[in-house]
Amino acid sequence: MGEYALLAGQLFNGVSVASILLLAALGLALSFGLMRVINMAHGEMLMVGGYLSFLTYRFAPARLGFVLALIVAFVGAAAFGALLELVLIRRLYGRPLDTLLATWGVSLALQQAARSIFGAIGVEVTAPKWLSGSFTVKSGAMAGFNLPYVRLFIIALAVAVLSGTWLLIQRTRLGLYVRAVHQDREMAQALGVNTGWVDLAVFALGTGVAGLAGSVLAFIAPVTPTVGQSYIVYAFLVVILGGLGNLLGTLLAAAVVGLFSAGAQIFTSVSFADVLLLMFVIAFIQFRPSGIFAARGRALEEA
Amino acid sequence: MRNPRTIACLLALGALALAPAFLSAYELSLLGRFLALSILALGLTMTWGRTGILSLGQGLFFGLGGYFLAMHLKLMRLGAGEIPDFMEWSGLDHLPWWWKPFYSGGFSLVTIVLIPAFLAGALAWLVFRRRVGGVYFAIITQALALAFSTLLISQQRYTGGFNGLTDFGDVFGFTLGDSGVQLGLYWVTLGLLALGFAFSTWLLDTHFGKLLCAIRDGENRVRFLGYDPVPYKVAIFALAALFAAVAGALFTLHVGVISPAMVGVVPSIEMIIWVAVGGRESLAGAVLGTLAVNLGKDWVSSAMPELWLFAMGLLFFVVVTIFPRGLGGLFEGWLSPSGEGLLARVGIGAEPVAQLGGPQLDGNGTVEMMEKSEV
Repeated sequence: MGEYALLAGQLFNGVSVASILLLAALGLALSFGLMRVINMAHGEMLMVGGYLSFLTYRFAPARLGFVLALIVAFVGAAAFGALLELVLIRRLYGRPLDTLLATWGVSLALQQAARSIFGAIGVEVTAPKWLSGSFTVKSGAMAGFNLPYVRLFIIALAVAVLSGTWLLIQRTRLGLYVRAVHQDREMAQALGVNTGWVDLAVFALGTGVAGLAGSVLAFIAPVTPTVGQSYIVYAFLVVILGGLGNLLGTLLAAAVVGLFSAGAQIFTSVSFADVLLLMFVIAFIQFRPSGIFAARGRALEEA
Repeated sequence: MRNPRTIACLLALGALALAPAFLSAYELSLLGRFLALSILALGLTMTWGRTGILSLGQGLFFGLGGYFLAMHLKLMRLGAGEIPDFMEWSGLDHLPWWWKPFYSGGFSLVTIVLIPAFLAGALAWLVFRRRVGGVYFAIITQALALAFSTLLISQQRYTGGFNGLTDFGDVFGFTLGDSGVQLGLYWVTLGLLALGFAFSTWLLDTHFGKLLCAIRDGENRVRFLGYDPVPYKVAIFALAALFAAVAGALFTLHVGVISPAMVGVVPSIEMIIWVAVGGRESLAGAVLGTLAVNLGKDWVSSAMPELWLFAMGLLFFVVVTIFPRGLGGLFEGWLSPSGEGLLARVGIGAEPVAQLGGPQLDGNGTVEMMEKSEV
């Protein structure tokens, strides 16, 4: 494999990691922008999505299973998120650190539940035939450059979800409410927006997208009880970099984090790439403390 | 000194001092371990409970303290020219240069006290000076704990990898396994805890300590009054890191091993639950909570290991939503000099839960509205 192919491969890897991070972080960023809470159980929504699609594959016919698994993962994780919002997060409104701790408790319980039900080792999902191949460059400077269809599909899914969310926020009535609550919660409330409902909808949507991410992630790696944990810290860093509830910021931040770790891995090990990434984030907030795109406002933030 | 709280604390100290006479060697070692962890909890009470800075990466400082001491102890086992066993296994033929200073016990002690505190201070300064805080800080510290533990695991040649450092030599001339040394270690731990407790109590009572509470309850208001909150936050976070490092070093002595499993993301957040159960604002609560949670963990995880994570998840849930003042809330309540505490204990006249939160302290929201207006 040539040097260019290695670089291109790593670049492609970075883009596909960035797509997964984008799917995982999108919900976090939206609900953080809207409600100022961090849901530590968000990673477990990936896990829920993964296990739900595993179950769907077992019980549904193979041809239908693929689409069905995506739907089940989305709906299941969204329902889970809605339940979490109604039972827990709503009660802790205005106490972001407490929300963080309580949702961490939920995350631990979910992990242990998965371990008890499915075992600690994890379950495998095989991708449908048309997704299991890969596109390989045979000759020339890029010989050996390999593009697995599964990763291409993940990138396409991330693009689709991002565009869908953008349309939802920019073009629908719910999106209008979301933007209103994001700008000024009290004022939106005063004008008759049902903020509780908006919170619930956005939260469920975000966890549903995480469920989707978990469903496609299952094609790449086995679904384990800790699959959420391994992505969630990076997803948080994406949220920090991207700024509050900004879609474009989240996209850019996911790209930066994905490419940064893929790029750093060429020169150093995975663990040093982590350390470098963290140093980069801390350095970054020296220049832009509220993310790539800061929400403009005159309010004095106490976030 | 007539304060019932002081008397209760002295009684508790007396009871702990007498404990070696009544406990078996195993129980004593367990208690000593938990007392060492309590020192870390004191630091968390000051940063999280009093100043409102939630650190999910306290395992980093704990681990640094533990590893620094473990490096020294590892070297104490070697003859001239030898290198630690795990380095030999992974093909190193000489000691890395940065291991060498740890031959000196004095140097090791100084690094335990200074390096984690300095790192914590630097991190806090970098983050807080740009007015980044709250959940951002919590997440950054969590990422730090993650990076630290993966680094430890991956650099096996230098750190012992997943197994960590164990199989120690003598501690300043004492043999660790000796029962007399174990007893001495217990005394040293108890002494340091008492010292840390007294110092923290004093510190929180000073002007400095009052400002910490003010920063927690309304950082912007503190700014408007002409104070710069940053140095206060940096100082208290560095102090908590120092406490964590001392706790880590003592813990390593008690257990005889330090490994990445004790410093990563999950152990770091477990440290928060000790303080949350104890009552985040109360120093006595921190010690009580650490003892209670760790005893519970020891019991649950030996009887039904798979239940521990469920239990911890439930604890987080319950303590945060229903019981935010924790055990310490009860303790302070019973001993409140005015007797109001007795009523508060059964829920009459108790402070509303929402008051523990950050910006919403004013209940009716007036101050928040004012702060939201243009500045």
